[in-house]
Amino acid sequence: MSIESLKCKECGSVYELDASYVCENCFGPLEVAYDYSSLDPAEVKRQIQAGSQGIWRYADFLPFKGRPGDPLEPGLTPLLRADRLAERLGTEAEIWIKNDAANPTHSFKDRVVAVAVAKAHELGFETVACASTGNLANAVAAHAAAAGLDSYVFVPANLEEQKLLATGVYGTKLVGVRGNYDDVNRLCTQLAESRPWAFVNVNLRPYYAEGSKTLAYETVEQLGWELPDRVVSPIASGSLFTKLGRGFQEWLDLGLVEGGQPVFNGAQAEGCSPVATAFAEGWDVCKPQKPETIAKSLAIGDPADGPYAVEHARRTGGGIDSVTDAEIREGIKLLAETTGIFTETAGGVTVGVLRKLAERGELGKGERVVVYITGEGLKTLDATRDTFQMHEIDPDLDSFEAEFRREAAVR
Amino acid sequence: MSVTVKIPTQLRAATGGQAEIEVEGATVGEVLDAVFDAHGDLRERITQDGDLRRFVNVYVSGEDIRFQQGLDTGIDDGAEVTILPAVAGG
Repeated sequence: MSIESLKCKECGSVYELDASYVCENCFGPLEVAYDYSSLDPAEVKRQIQAGSQGIWRYADFLPFKGRPGDPLEPGLTPLLRADRLAERLGTEAEIWIKNDAANPTHSFKDRVVAVAVAKAHELGFETVACASTGNLANAVAAHAAAAGLDSYVFVPANLEEQKLLATGVYGTKLVGVRGNYDDVNRLCTQLAESRPWAFVNVNLRPYYAEGSKTLAYETVEQLGWELPDRVVSPIASGSLFTKLGRGFQEWLDLGLVEGGQPVFNGAQAEGCSPVATAFAEGWDVCKPQKPETIAKSLAIGDPADGPYAVEHARRTGGGIDSVTDAEIREGIKLLAETTGIFTETAGGVTVGVLRKLAERGELGKGERVVVYITGEGLKTLDATRDTFQMHEIDPDLDSFEAEFRREAAVR
Repeated sequence: MSVTVKIPTQLRAATGGQAEIEVEGATVGEVLDAVFDAHGDLRERITQDGDLRRFVNVYVSGEDIRFQQGLDTGIDDGAEVTILPAVAGG
């Protein structure tokens, strides 16, 4: 509705709304600029509430002139109060889980990909592509299939088997690159120069990234048009983290919600923590790392939006923490045991950081905390292997009784 | 030492459309200085106060120079230096 231009986040140079992502003057990232001055907040709110049951209900805040359709519309995922989790953490804060695994391909990436694929279609592309740590691969392959577009999906060849299988099934051209995610990303940046393809997170990245704002909008709506006091979100490239902030800010500016930005806490795995390190060291750039962590979906050693994530955490009085692989596994189990939600390793990272905040006494009494769970546990099954034991018995009552008498005796 | 420097699409307006430039230099810093001597506009676009801007990545034969010695990274004869935007991915 109100989309205006692409604008450099660093120097403010303005560009046409085409498939470009880099400022020619300073090499900074381009972002979509809007003009909301003609929007009437009350009318916008009415339209949202009468809108579709997914992200297109927020079309006024997405980078389209019209209203895109989408056979695999993501969004409106559950926001659940997690009192038992709060109890286990020993906090009197009000903990809410935004379970974004409840999307068509089981991660928050459906939001960004739905926007990017619709934009690719609008710009006339016939092929979409991406550099992925796995969840994006699933989403691009699926949304391309639904839209009838060809797709090329580039991933590190050593990705979790579940993520490879859940990508290849859609009939995409799945390319396993012998290298880490940053190698894949570099290769795709080079390919984007010569191929007439819409790389969702390269040349379409300004549009793609806008999809993450819908997580902020939904949070506000689901809390009864109120802001949370604090959010805890995983950080890989830092795009989700910064776009959550942008989403809240747009609604604050427009008067759709009152208050101020929530405190932002970011979560990284210790084995890939360039953004947490930059925050701790007080840097305004992220020093790249070679990832070594079970949280492969967060294993970006050279995060494009890292500096902006650091700035946003600082500005809101928050922080960015990291957790070990053992803490990630514990985080997965803690969430599963207290909420019934089985998350992938990225969720284990996020819950692990939530636990640290609780242990440090940083969560205030009655404070409303929203925790973003971005992916599904079935995609990273190895992380839960050997964390519990199965009771194997013969199919008769004696065998059952013997097994559980023994267990009772052990206790 | 003769070095090939690969110029990304977004900077080719400053190189008269050239995608590759051949220059001499023993370190990344020297190579970039030689590139700036040939195409003055480039200096301001990708550096600030003598350092690379924060969204510029430079690779020597595929490896990010921040894993090596930064602008002091040595260059072998026939090596390839690639400049790319650091704003993709995730």
